[in-house]
Amino acid sequence: MQYFDKSGQAIHDANFSQKVKEASRTNIDRCYQCLTCSLGCPAAFAMDYLPNQIVRMVQLGLKQPTLTSSTIWVCTDCEVCVTRCPNDVEVLRLMDALREMALQERVRGKESAVVAFHHTFLGNIKRWGRQHELSMLLQFKLRTMDFFSDLDLGIKMLMKGKLKLLPPRFKDIRGVRAIFQRIDRRLAGGERI
Amino acid sequence: MKYAYYPGCSLESTAKEYDLSVRAVCFNLGIELTELPDWSCCGASSGHSTSYWLAHALAGRNLALAERTGLDIAVACPACYIRLRTTYGEMKDDPEQREELVNLIGMPYEARYNPRHVLDIIGNDIDRESLKERLAKPLGGLKLACYYGCYLVRPPQLVAFDDPENPKSMDILLDALGAEVKDWSGKVDCCGSSLSLSKREIASQLVAEIIEMARKAGAQAIVTACPLCHSNLETRQAARGQNRLPIFYFTELIGLAIGIAGTRSWLKKHMVSPLSLLASHGL
Repeated sequence: MQYFDKSGQAIHDANFSQKVKEASRTNIDRCYQCLTCSLGCPAAFAMDYLPNQIVRMVQLGLKQPTLTSSTIWVCTDCEVCVTRCPNDVEVLRLMDALREMALQERVRGKESAVVAFHHTFLGNIKRWGRQHELSMLLQFKLRTMDFFSDLDLGIKMLMKGKLKLLPPRFKDIRGVRAIFQRIDRRLAGGERI
Repeated sequence: MKYAYYPGCSLESTAKEYDLSVRAVCFNLGIELTELPDWSCCGASSGHSTSYWLAHALAGRNLALAERTGLDIAVACPACYIRLRTTYGEMKDDPEQREELVNLIGMPYEARYNPRHVLDIIGNDIDRESLKERLAKPLGGLKLACYYGCYLVRPPQLVAFDDPENPKSMDILLDALGAEVKDWSGKVDCCGSSLSLSKREIASQLVAEIIEMARKAGAQAIVTACPLCHSNLETRQAARGQNRLPIFYFTELIGLAIGIAGTRSWLKKHMVSPLSLLASHGL
């Protein structure tokens, strides 16, 4: 079957479906569209496609709308869908596989702030070994050019000693960085995600 | 009862009071915690959202370190707990995956030791009668809504110490300590903390719903076992008049009830002060 967008371009990609099924390590073909995942989803109100629709879109190989959807990034990872699915479809593993693929293929999606948050968070682990909230917050603000939201909150947290000025003490930073390097090498080698 | 203790990053900063109260309560209840030497960040939601193998490697490094100690792992933060359990669960029965992981972390790992959450350990391994005998200051009918959030109960194939839809371990504990525990339907709802910084409007809406449900059930405060839920519920809730609902860690309330010195210094770190509520109950 072929699917076309409004301009008449084909948007169906059979390889996509297969690749996602392998990467997600869960059997999405068991889905019978009962909508239990979407009914329990706390972030459904903020999604452009509901989780059950994403499952169907992957089955149909609709790569572009799936990878650019807001759904894959506003999913809160709460595991309600995984818990309640009568067919043991682990929808969150599917979301993870789609996110990883969207990043690898450098797809421009709708939720750049969420992606910026993840990059900032991981960059800080690579730098310090543990999370250092203050530098993470400052970098996140720089990346999203959003300097004023939560400023009062941040100051209050600093005063309460909830945000440390100095980064955490951690010894084996070389070990942690080596993990990141091996992951990068793995990706560069084109191994399966 | 000896455990390798994995506090997680939040417990060094935004949730320092949780760390202090976990250590003090465990010490008092005879649970021996030894901090895992040179533990690193578990990767949290950013890890698994961006790379399957990075998530497993960041969690796996800590699991491998813990294996050297020969102890099960006690985890305080549910977000860390689910990462460690996911990797442990996925590697335990799959030698091929494990070999891949070992190559990535550069350390041996055989998935021999179990990561457990502190609520599981205190709730299931500590005899309730012995806890009651230690009661120095019963909680005086404080009306509480116990909030479990996501990762203490989901997904049940990975975390099976309580019911995924209606968990009770925290309720039973606090009831034994003299609180009036409210039945409510927000127990396992998600507060959206993973989006608290990047999609504030989603987190705020989810928090508002949880706070509203707790108020309707007649709760004067919410009790949690998660540093991310705690700070999200404290900072993203809107005030009703001048009032915000205080949020406790379950370990703080155990500390208060069994009379551990220093309890007050933990409570002073809260963004929503619970002190006047406690004073009104003679606590």
